Amino acid sequence: MSTRKLLAPQPNPETDAFWDGLGEGVLRIKTCESCGQPHYYPRHICPHCGSEKTRWLESAGCGEIYSLSVMRRGEGAPFAVAYVTLDEGPALMTNLVADDLDTLAIGQRVRLAPQASDADTVGDGPSLPFFTPSGD
Amino acid sequence: MSLRNAACIAGAFEHPTRLAPDMTTPQLHAECAAGALADAGLSLSDVDGYFCATDAPGFGPISMIDYLGLTVRHTDSTEMGGCTYIQHVAHAAQAIATGKCSVALITLAGRPRSEAVQRFRPGAPESAFEQWVGLTNHTSYGMCAGRHMHEFGTTSEQLAWIKVAASHHAQHNPHAMLPKVVTVEDVVNSPTIADPLHRLDCCVTTDGGGALVVVSPEIARTLNRPVISLLGAGEATKGPSGGLALDLTTSAAAQSGPRAFEEAGVTPADIKYASIYDSFTITVLLQLEDLGFCAKGEGGKFVADGNLISGSGKLPFNTDGGGLCNNHPMFRGGITKVIEAVRQLRGEAAPAVQVPNCDLAVATGIGGSLGARHGAATIILERQS
Repeated sequence: MSTRKLLAPQPNPETDAFWDGLGEGVLRIKTCESCGQPHYYPRHICPHCGSEKTRWLESAGCGEIYSLSVMRRGEGAPFAVAYVTLDEGPALMTNLVADDLDTLAIGQRVRLAPQASDADTVGDGPSLPFFTPSGD
Repeated sequence: MSLRNAACIAGAFEHPTRLAPDMTTPQLHAECAAGALADAGLSLSDVDGYFCATDAPGFGPISMIDYLGLTVRHTDSTEMGGCTYIQHVAHAAQAIATGKCSVALITLAGRPRSEAVQRFRPGAPESAFEQWVGLTNHTSYGMCAGRHMHEFGTTSEQLAWIKVAASHHAQHNPHAMLPKVVTVEDVVNSPTIADPLHRLDCCVTTDGGGALVVVSPEIARTLNRPVISLLGAGEATKGPSGGLALDLTTSAAAQSGPRAFEEAGVTPADIKYASIYDSFTITVLLQLEDLGFCAKGEGGKFVADGNLISGSGKLPFNTDGGGLCNNHPMFRGGITKVIEAVRQLRGEAAPAVQVPNCDLAVATGIGGSLGARHGAATIILERQS
């Protein structure tokens, strides 16, 4: 498990619902009612077609590793930076959690494993969308 | 309007320092400006256009123009990370072609070894979703290398050849930060920084800078220097685009490169010398494929066995030692890519690495973060006979 400081995301009106959902263990991405395509990270206006008719879509929180790189130096190392391609389509940048980071591989199935960020002062900040191998 | 032969690079200067604890960043900009203008045979009073990016301290061109003592009628502070200065050459040519200026000065400088440099850009729309990831350039470019290996079977040994070639060139550069020749074994046995990249897959960090003077063809012909003409230019940006277009094995150079070659009316096979942005070994490999020097996925084979070494390889690259061994001032290798291309075209490179009859060169670069979102800029330069 990483020991580095996990910077708390700054809330804003465009993405509050994302962080609220993650606090309940739910990964919300966005989809567009005009073009039908999902996107991540969430925006008010669809980056695929420019429509304002975007709405939140609950992801199953499952996907596979597109690529990863384990940071071996510096604060909190080692930790695994990765892109995970969600089953719903969009890829997201994340951290992977595993007992042995050397067992992680491209193509491996992973699932959402929310991790608390470090608040600016004391206690926990908003949960972050980390992933971990799902074994399927 | 085409930029073909719209402007010429008349002056180029790379600051010799790699560590500048007792200088200021504006001073470095000024010394680079003076060096490039002297190289061109021009003076500060001839400059009527000024180009800088966010490495210029203060209020960008407003602060720097006053500090340098310039009087200009055109400014441009386009920012696209490390490749900005390649793009500035093209933008200067646009300004010259449209009559907005006739002598454009471009400067870059910084002291990342001597003072803390703010690299995080708060308020970016992606910040809340990526800041906590711990993404550094090492992991960003590491993910690109890892994916390229997965898709195409590229190996660490093949990537290492890029560093080996750069080191062969750096031994002839008295200012190079790392002048020692290294082997493939040295690279793959150096400590892993971020899988699969080793310490010797990474560029150097240096204080320093550089400057360029871009002028109209009419002015270039009055100067006592070889005429180095811009034949073509291209730029592009690329990102995950909502997560549906993530593709870490092709860079924005796949767009900027063909645009530049088309405008120039030449092909990669015509190129005698290539300056390829080398923040990491993988950065070079992707751009070589994306510019069309080899097919996608064939970069590993292309760079192996010394194919990038001047004198023995088919495509001499970064003959100053590049960012991997010579200089990567302010984390930005764009301006040094242009400077070494100009040296090659003039016949002023180190004799041991000078490409014979070098009349056509490319300089290409990546800015931002290859594994997140980035820009690319490519220019084709020709020595006029």
